[in-house]
Amino acid sequence: MSDAAMTVEEREANLKGIGCSRKRTEDARFIQGKGNYVDDLKLPGMLFGDFVRSPYGHARIKSIDASAALALPGVKAVLTAADLKPLNLHYMPTLAGDVQAVLAEDKVLFQNQEVAFVIAEDRYIAADAAELVEVDYEALPVLVDPFRSMDPDAPVLREDLAGKTEGAHGARRHHNHIFTWDVGDKEATDQAFAQAEVTIKELITYPRVHPAPMETCACVASMDKIRGELTVYGTFQAPHVVRTVASLLSTIPEHKIHVIAPDIGGGFGNKVGVYPGYVCSIVASIVLGVPVKWVEDRMENLSATAFARDYHMTAELAATRDGRITAIRAHVLADHGAFDACADPSKWPAGFFNICTGSYDVPTAYVAVDGVYTNKAPGGVAYRCSFRVTEAAYMIERAVDILAKKLAMDPVELRLKNFIQPHQFPYQSALGWEYDSGDYPTAMKKAMEATSYAALRAEQQERRAAFARGETRELMGIGVAFFTEIVGAGPTRNCDILGVGMFDSCEIRIHPTGAAIARLGTKSQGQAHETTYAQILATEIGIPADDIMIEEGNTDTAPYGLGTYGSRSTPVAGAAAARVGRKIRDKARKIAAHLLEVGEDDLEFEVDRFKVKGLPERQKNMKEIAWAAYNNVPEGLELGLEAVDYYDPPNMTYPFGAYICVVDIDADTGVTKVRRFYALDDCGTRINPMVIEGQVHGGLTEAFAIAMGQEIRYDEGGNVMGASFMDYFVPTAVETPVWETDHTVTPSPHHPIGAKGVGESPNVGGVPAFSNAVNDAFAHLDITHIQMPHDHWRTWKVCEKLGLVG
Amino acid sequence: MIPGAFDYDAPTTLDEAVALLAELGEEARPLAGGHSLIPMMKLRLAPLEHLVDLRRIDSLKGIRAEGGALVIGAMTTQAELLASDLITGHCPIIQETAALIADPQVRSLGTLGGNVANGDPANDMPALMQCLDAGYVLAGPGGSREVKARDFYESAFFTKRADGEILTAVRVPIPPAGHGYAYEKLKRKIGDYATAAAAVVVTLAGGSCKTAAIALTNLGETPLYAAEASAALVGTPLDKAAVERAVALAEGITAPASDGRGPADYRTKMAGVMLRRALQRALARAAG
Ligand SMILES: Cc1cc2nc3c(=O)[nH]c(=O)nc-3n(C[C@H](O)[C@H](O)[C@H](O)COP(=O)(O)OP(=O)(O)OC[C@H]3O[C@@H](n4cnc5c(N)ncnc54)[C@H](O)[C@@H]3O)c2cc1C
Repeated sequence: MSDAAMTVEEREANLKGIGCSRKRTEDARFIQGKGNYVDDLKLPGMLFGDFVRSPYGHARIKSIDASAALALPGVKAVLTAADLKPLNLHYMPTLAGDVQAVLAEDKVLFQNQEVAFVIAEDRYIAADAAELVEVDYEALPVLVDPFRSMDPDAPVLREDLAGKTEGAHGARRHHNHIFTWDVGDKEATDQAFAQAEVTIKELITYPRVHPAPMETCACVASMDKIRGELTVYGTFQAPHVVRTVASLLSTIPEHKIHVIAPDIGGGFGNKVGVYPGYVCSIVASIVLGVPVKWVEDRMENLSATAFARDYHMTAELAATRDGRITAIRAHVLADHGAFDACADPSKWPAGFFNICTGSYDVPTAYVAVDGVYTNKAPGGVAYRCSFRVTEAAYMIERAVDILAKKLAMDPVELRLKNFIQPHQFPYQSALGWEYDSGDYPTAMKKAMEATSYAALRAEQQERRAAFARGETRELMGIGVAFFTEIVGAGPTRNCDILGVGMFDSCEIRIHPTGAAIARLGTKSQGQAHETTYAQILATEIGIPADDIMIEEGNTDTAPYGLGTYGSRSTPVAGAAAARVGRKIRDKARKIAAHLLEVGEDDLEFEVDRFKVKGLPERQKNMKEIAWAAYNNVPEGLELGLEAVDYYDPPNMTYPFGAYICVVDIDADTGVTKVRRFYALDDCGTRINPMVIEGQVHGGLTEAFAIAMGQEIRYDEGGNVMGASFMDYFVPTAVETPVWETDHTVTPSPHHPIGAKGVGESPNVGGVPAFSNAVNDAFAHLDITHIQMPHDHWRTWKVCEKLGLVG
Repeated sequence: MIPGAFDYDAPTTLDEAVALLAELGEEARPLAGGHSLIPMMKLRLAPLEHLVDLRRIDSLKGIRAEGGALVIGAMTTQAELLASDLITGHCPIIQETAALIADPQVRSLGTLGGNVANGDPANDMPALMQCLDAGYVLAGPGGSREVKARDFYESAFFTKRADGEILTAVRVPIPPAGHGYAYEKLKRKIGDYATAAAAVVVTLAGGSCKTAAIALTNLGETPLYAAEASAALVGTPLDKAAVERAVALAEGITAPASDGRGPADYRTKMAGVMLRRALQRALARAAG
């Protein structure tokens, strides 16, 4: 159809801009198996690295003998800490201000810690050779219980920190203490508790879990010694930061380092940090002068690269008898493992845990977090959530339910009573955040109506009576969670990674025919950036999304950005995209005015063109303007049609949602069936409803996995248990419940298009919804809180304790 | 997750395979579907230098009815068991069990022979074969012999099969028409081994139990044939009292490991729950 014959609506639809459920453009290659992942990369002469790992949780290394490995045909080198030390690379800095051993020097501090790196002609030889490296260990006492870590006689884990009484976040008071971080008004909070009519206090543990992306971590390092240039392909959620870190560590100038993140098969926080595998591959490539590939296997991924959570939260609420929350007090014991490799903005050792006042108008609060070392793998990444936001949401949402039980109030009624009201936004929280916008009561009520909440409660009453009469063996639970997230880090005034402010960027180049390429500083790992960024640009500029190619991940071509995690892509890079679009539109207006021989003010923009006000037949569409940009621009204006924007958000965004989950628990086996799960998300302006729904489905599936089964457990000897998919719970389509999704729209007032981010909401809100549902099934009985994961046997144990079995 | 180096042979006759295994000795293994053996090799749990692939040996395939028994070739896959009309007609509990093993991909390669020869108490077919009183036909350098499934298992991964022997077929006596049966399995997810599972076959006469066989999966070092529990049901109307007596006897012979599926006491109780449910379904299916 010719352009002129199209109606405004048809032209609008043709753009596939904001609000359109455009099919994911990247899927064409993914579903045909034509993605290009790190492990697909084959460079001439490429060698393979593999690790020798510690079988011990804590041991002294007495000697390492690599001679048998080196004698194996095809083995090129074996690196140990002794080789890295002269280069000052046996330790690397972490994002949390600590250092982490690249290869263990004197001691190993967790099972599967990297001890030596074997480089061979293929991965089979490398694996054989790794077995031949003989390491002589002397076992040391193992510390796995974080509650014992600061005992006076607890084993000293970090000998490299001997005598260091100051850490990156203040004083250290014990050899296994990393930091204490506190926020809020302690005195006022203590006073509120002293005067409270009702209080609750509960240890709420969020166990150690692992993001377990489908693709494990991997890289290929390639040093060109002639040109002095290093190329690193890797599974990097934040490739630009990796390049900066690589430059600082290697002293190779940053412009001679090319970091490229190709397609990534899921990250969920696991691919934010820098791992020993990357450093060793780079060193090996520098030493050997050929490319070196390292790909971890599933067990290595689950047991050695960054875990998540492991927060032991003692939550206290103070309230009036009629259910007004008057204060929150919390203490967190944070198990960081052997090195503090948390991926948080530099100044936030406990992330944004102080979002833990949740969706409630709480007058005063105080939170303290103690980070400690144990003989476990390092990490502490945000597994599909903004920094420590899932932990915070879980704590407050469980605590509110516990309070509801104590007050004999319905959990929804208690929430409605304490919500921050719409007129209170922007809202200053007791722990220092400015919530940008929200309408919580509307969302909660919509969720109640959609699920016929009152009828569910009535049914539950009947079921409980039937259970008591012995007519059913099932217990029905209704879980409610109302979460508020804090995403889109962040204002650079308080958020940085290793000193680089957490802005993000977009650059666009519109070609003469009106097609364009745009590049951004973020990096999709499956979030459909190639689809949705193009939609923002399409609406802002007026060229079809199908004519805009999106590229990320190549640090040579993309503008600098801080990467994708913490739901920051849409809030930060998405804002940059909108602003880039507006810059283009401004220039286009000048060109259009010139072409139409009118003043800029005489023009109005309509979908994909400028029209002369009052003379609508006189118009220039963006295609015509793009062409003119290369041959006919007004005097004094540069040729070309390009723009770049580096966006420093004024505030974070605060997505929220109301989730309701209904479960039926088989009291004889502890098997929990999810009968129904309703998720209402408010992520502000919705760019692509289909993509949002996909993100919600994925996040809820992860939340289900976490709440119902995921756990990286250590036995007393420091052995990591169940670090394979046989035990680590990743649900298949068979176990996954059916998801019902819904939404309200409360745009962010400070974001250029009002979008807030959604990728992580379902994980944040889903976990408490499931956990509250399981707990609620027993709410009429003598039990206050059941720890996750709610797997079969643990739930059965609750039934047994309550005398419900057999 | 990369196995050590190994040699590989794929003979086309049983005699060749037997000769090869005899010649290569302890560090050679028969390879069937590979879905237990290869994961173990990837974990480098056992040194293994030689694989003798049985896949090309035609005589190890096929299902036939012969002399009141179903004779199932060792290399018959779980998927083939599920598709067999002979099995549907004569012994459907085999299909009920096969459908609960792993996932379609594993079932299309994993074999009945591999499942029972493996010696892993977590496998589902061994207990079922004990319940059905099946016999395993073993061929070795000295000829062929049959060992009853109920006698075959010694401890985890140790069986009466000698190193050089190949399991050629499983002989399953066809249960009487009208028998009641059920396999009940509790697991954490698709692709998981049993937390606890129970196989039950009963026959009725005049409203009371004429014969009963019960066996349990993943509740000890070997599959467990619950002889006393089975015997306790015979002559009863399979009422609540009889079932509870059998459950107590069956629970009494379990000695499960504590693992990610749960602590031992839980798994023992689940053996009881699975048995109750299996008996209930078997009774509902039984005629007479
Ligand atoms: C993800 C996953 C989930 C699984 N879940 C289950 C489950 O729930 N229940 C279950 O029962 N199984 C399960 N399995 C195992 C699966 O059923 C295997 O296929 C089976 O245990 C072995 O059969 P195979 O044909 O693959 O044998 P292989 O793995 O090839 O062999 C197994 C062992 O038996 C020996 N062997 C094989 N055939 C013969 C023969 N004819 N004579 C002598 N020795 C022989 C081999 O030498 C080896 O030691 C699972 C496997 C996977 C990968």
